[in-house]
Amino acid sequence: MRWMWIDRVVELVPRQKLVAIKHVSLAEDHLHEHFPAAAGRDALPVMPASLIVEGCAQTAGILVGHAEEFREKVILAKVGKFELDRDAFPGQTLRYSATIQQMDKVGAATVGTIELLEYGAGGTVTAAIVGRIDLMFSHLDNNMSGEKFPEHNFVFGESFKTLLRSSGVAGAW
Amino acid sequence: MTRDEIFEKVRDVLVDALAVDEEDVKPSSRLTTDLGAESIDFLDIVFKLEQQFGFKIAQGELFPENVAQDPEYVKDGKVTAKGLSALKARLPHADFSKFEADPQITKVAEVFTVDALVTFVERKLAAK
Repeated sequence: MRWMWIDRVVELVPRQKLVAIKHVSLAEDHLHEHFPAAAGRDALPVMPASLIVEGCAQTAGILVGHAEEFREKVILAKVGKFELDRDAFPGQTLRYSATIQQMDKVGAATVGTIELLEYGAGGTVTAAIVGRIDLMFSHLDNNMSGEKFPEHNFVFGESFKTLLRSSGVAGAW
Repeated sequence: MTRDEIFEKVRDVLVDALAVDEEDVKPSSRLTTDLGAESIDFLDIVFKLEQQFGFKIAQGELFPENVAQDPEYVKDGKVTAKGLSALKARLPHADFSKFEADPQITKVAEVFTVDALVTFVERKLAAK
């Protein structure tokens, strides 16, 4: 299992905005544990909210990392706000949008929305905003405590580069 | 903007950034010890103050950076006289009088009170 909670980047405005999608699939093991059938209750596969937060963090993290061509080790430092109004079920798609609100050498603050895309008869697709999220990221090598970390960028590994390449995001990373 | 008005806006920032109750934010409240701020919260506070008041805060202008790593400034876990005077010069909005009596580096964050933030904003707005 790869720790990738977005499937594709669909829009990137460097240093401003990134939009990514995540298809919720019954092939994912965690859906069978969240929630399994129990006495008197059928199984109810629902995308865990914690993994939606992770997907939003990966969306916003890539945006922040891309701003400095992935030279910075960008780590999620704080979830300022997270609201989710509806559950996401298998066969639906989550669309995460992240916008940089502020950014400096030390880190960045982003705001984001979570949309749920539902597929209907005749190829119709409806989208609704079902959540909002505020995140803060730290540039690890410029952290305020001055603590040192390994030189290689362990945040943006090969999986992220593959995701960006397969999404058609050009770059020299 | 009066000092009271600044305090109210600073209080709003802290309520939002630290998820504390409005009545817990008093001028004497220390950001760390009393309001539970952790290191990343300091960046959050800087960003939110910038938004609230419409000015830019340079790195290290409000909160000091890398003080603990500088051997000239810290010796045996205590801030040296040189370190103290550097901190005072860099952070004129903070009151170091209590800290001076026992300048342990682990306690340096305690000089950042709500009052210090209000003074910082007041000075920034006056210099605009």
